Amino acid sequence: MQARTGRGFGIKVMTMGGNSNVKLISDDGIRVDGRKVDELRPIRIEAGVLKRADGSAYVEFGKNKVLAAVYGPRECHPRHMQNPAKAIIQCKYNMIAFSVNDRKRPGPDRRSVEISKIISEAFEYVVFTENFPRTSIDVYIEVLQANAGTRCAGLTAASVALADAGIPMKDLVPAVAVGKVNDQVVLDLQKEEDNFGQADLPIAIIPRTGEVLLLQMDGHMTRAEFDQAIEMGVGACKRIYDLQKDALARRYSVEKSEEDQLEEAPAETQEG
Amino acid sequence: MARAVMSEIKKDHIHKLLAKGRRVDNRAWDEFRPITIQPGYIETAEGSARVKIGNTDVLVGVKMAIGAPFADTPNKGVLSTNAELIPMASPNFESGPPDENSIELARVVDRGIRESQMVDLEALCIEPEKEVWIMFTDIYVLDYDGNLFDAAFLGAIAALNNVMVPAKANDRGDDYPLPIQHMPISVTAVQIENSILVDPTLDEEKVAEARLTVTTDENGDLRAMQKGLAGAFSLEQIYKCVETSQRLGNDLRKLIG
Repeated sequence: MQARTGRGFGIKVMTMGGNSNVKLISDDGIRVDGRKVDELRPIRIEAGVLKRADGSAYVEFGKNKVLAAVYGPRECHPRHMQNPAKAIIQCKYNMIAFSVNDRKRPGPDRRSVEISKIISEAFEYVVFTENFPRTSIDVYIEVLQANAGTRCAGLTAASVALADAGIPMKDLVPAVAVGKVNDQVVLDLQKEEDNFGQADLPIAIIPRTGEVLLLQMDGHMTRAEFDQAIEMGVGACKRIYDLQKDALARRYSVEKSEEDQLEEAPAETQEG
Repeated sequence: MARAVMSEIKKDHIHKLLAKGRRVDNRAWDEFRPITIQPGYIETAEGSARVKIGNTDVLVGVKMAIGAPFADTPNKGVLSTNAELIPMASPNFESGPPDENSIELARVVDRGIRESQMVDLEALCIEPEKEVWIMFTDIYVLDYDGNLFDAAFLGAIAALNNVMVPAKANDRGDDYPLPIQHMPISVTAVQIENSILVDPTLDEEKVAEARLTVTTDENGDLRAMQKGLAGAFSLEQIYKCVETSQRLGNDLRKLIG
């Protein structure tokens, strides 16, 4: 099996840190997909997209397509993982086989295990887990189509799904990746930038308090670049936060005509 | 997958309605729920489709890779079908290696594609005995509300139908669409108290005694069948299922385009 090359660039993927000679930002500061350095990709968030899950959300960050579902609080399996004082959060991040150019073998790998762990830990802090002792809150993130920044899109989706499941939390959690391309700090890397970029820094915050829930970095950044990246990331998280709230409002707002209908005929309750 | 629990009230409700010849959602016995097919849903796949039958939601993608043929078919491409019942789709699905349910699902879909000779496998040979195209068809169930067989099969044929073989990116000439020879369609029905119900919902599946999937091609010929669950069908019921599959298959085939 032969690896496919980066679309439109004809160069094989390489690791962070080197290769800044591929020109990804024009002289007037425009990126390969036409964005400015501090511009997010188009973001779409929908809450409550799956019937069976207790809560769910669908998120697009540019060409990323991510689905998140929440089950619980429910009985914790395996039993020995139960905590008599609070709920545990078990997040599973997974990329489906055809979400990337070279088919990924189904099942967890080391990368997805790590991402699952840090996302679980991020939510542990915002969810009022002490309200649900001995239970498990299971969060499933499925990356349907990947184009860099899937963990941030996944976390953003999972947060909306938790809210959709009615799980009490301190706040919604938005996330975004900031990176460095052609010696410039840029927001929300897409695939070519991620492949040839010099640094990648995913960040998730609690917008109300400004606390940081997830932070990773690889590549090379000066202190000044780092400060700039954090500022850019926090600002973008707040914009994503507004979109998260908007998605939930759209899901749960009741139009006048629907309100009347609800009074006339009580909706038939149906459960799976 | 743990056997799903079903409340007695709901069971009674389904049975009582059925005695009056009705279904819970007011469908006719041979009526599918609303179907939507979104072909080309995933850009990173060579072919893909997201299919919804009612609330059942399935995503199918096809990846093409170059590999060695099987020794007994040195001049034929390879078909590989895999299904994942991911825990997102149902509180009763668990992560881990494929269980018997996902294996059965993948094999029934695979059989329908393979036995109908939907794809001309010989046209996927690059160099006999050395190099052929391998078609990886991956089925992901996103939301489970019954009748996975038909949703997965529709997804698989819709995905295969829009595959472009990535020859150019692999230095094997120009890209070309998969050579499609036939268009098989599966129709699944269950038996509940001697009634036959096409396209069962999850609740109907839970009370069903037996299940039959019949795959037919565009000529109405039978290409694959699978009987499931513990109950039994009478011969009349089998004929009824076959005739229904031929009839509904013609309607469903029009959705693929």
